[in-house]
Amino acid sequence: MTDGVKWVVGGILAILVIASITIRLLPHKADSESYIELKRRVQSWWVMVFIFVGALVIDRRLSVVVFAFISFLALKEYVSAIPTRRVDRRALFWAYLSIPVQYYWAGTGYYGMFIIFIPVYLFLLIPLRLVLAGETKGFLRAAGTLHWGLMVTVFSLSHGAFLLSLKDGPALLLYLVVLTQSNDVAQFISGKSFGKRKIVPRVSPNKTWGGFIGGVIITSCLAMALAPLLTPLTLGQSAIAGVIIAVGGFFGDLTVSAVKRDLGIKDMGATIPGHGGVMDRVDSLTYTAPLFFHLIYYLHF
Amino acid sequence: MKPWPKVLFYVLVVRPIVLIIMGLNVRHRERLPEGAAILVVNHNSHLDTLAVASIVPMRNLARLRPVGARDYFCRNPFCEMLSRNMLGVIPLDRRPKRGEDLFGECVTALNNGELLVIFPEGTRGEPEERVPFKAGIGRLVERCPDTPMVPVFLRGCGKSLPRGEALFVPFVCEAVVGEALAFAGDRKAVARQLEVAMDALEETLPTIADWDSI
Repeated sequence: MTDGVKWVVGGILAILVIASITIRLLPHKADSESYIELKRRVQSWWVMVFIFVGALVIDRRLSVVVFAFISFLALKEYVSAIPTRRVDRRALFWAYLSIPVQYYWAGTGYYGMFIIFIPVYLFLLIPLRLVLAGETKGFLRAAGTLHWGLMVTVFSLSHGAFLLSLKDGPALLLYLVVLTQSNDVAQFISGKSFGKRKIVPRVSPNKTWGGFIGGVIITSCLAMALAPLLTPLTLGQSAIAGVIIAVGGFFGDLTVSAVKRDLGIKDMGATIPGHGGVMDRVDSLTYTAPLFFHLIYYLHF
Repeated sequence: MKPWPKVLFYVLVVRPIVLIIMGLNVRHRERLPEGAAILVVNHNSHLDTLAVASIVPMRNLARLRPVGARDYFCRNPFCEMLSRNMLGVIPLDRRPKRGEDLFGECVTALNNGELLVIFPEGTRGEPEERVPFKAGIGRLVERCPDTPMVPVFLRGCGKSLPRGEALFVPFVCEAVVGEALAFAGDRKAVARQLEVAMDALEETLPTIADWDSI
């Protein structure tokens, strides 16, 4: 663990402690719905930080396993939320099996297989299995939705795990995840403070220009501040990384919102109290992980 | 019967599978009773019993007795041995002979303070479809009128492992525990009373999409 990682982990813990204390001191009705929800949300943050940072500190391989498990939960939420046919069961099983394989490529740093396994091989294999099942009614829906789900929940997220195979990987992953999650919070807070004009009201009424621009500014500043501690990025490069993560996170969030709208559901699951499902928490990461990965891979590896 | 092989099996094998791979979401676990009770569950999959066994507190596992079809769980002596000792199954004849005491073993278990798991549909049937409850549940409750009936609604198990499939495919599974119901005095009304409770539990869960409705 580098000194930079220690400082940033210390910073995260300090912020959580401050958040927990602030909530205690906040004037509130102890049993009001919104207060309980807020408390739950912060408690869940503690658990998530504990798991993520714990795995990162203990062992690189353990982090890869944690990421694979997150992909598993996200894929499970996705295939449970979308309509599937009984004949899709075998193809779904293959989709699940692709998770350990994809994370094996990510964990061992086998870039060639990592980058084509799901976009090429699973892209061919899933329809093949559906064809063998023999049911043509709903075939295109099944093939399309299944592969889209795999790309989002497994392929995209596994870019975070591949960062671990690069030099100073844990620091890079920490940089990506901290910026992505803080961007969510920054957009939320600046949206509440000075958000007026909605960007795409039909997809998400909470996304405003105020929130978006505030998020881009805050995340870029944080990206520049953290870069010397965690990454080999120069000042200019880290500003670009900040903008990419802010914009990517915004659209990742919106994309999952659009899926939920389409399906007529509010959350993708109920695994994380106060946050919804796993998919609701990693929605931004599904865009920021591949975008940030390719930026840093192009610039420095 | 010694309960420890059953408890070990449930704690070391069943719980990790149900909680990690299946990832069962439980709502209102606090409504589960402590003493003798009948857990009334809808039936779609072999996973149902394992799911219910994973939501009762560990201290109550030794007293857990799922009621299962004799023609299935006791189709040979080896099966019967495993079902009785590892799962704690009480076999029930689906086609009883005249004059046979159908619920004898169930009543004894309840009198011993055990926790019965009953699937009043009598079969797993089609995935995620509930068929009307059999009237027999009323006959059992009539003989133990003070035992509370606790409805437990399960969703998702039937998609994960439907009848006639050997391949387990993970889907999100949900369990909702309902408020305990008391026997109202008429055995013919019991099945209906439970079905109404089940419907109410099902409505507390978020709706699921299908292609025709969106």
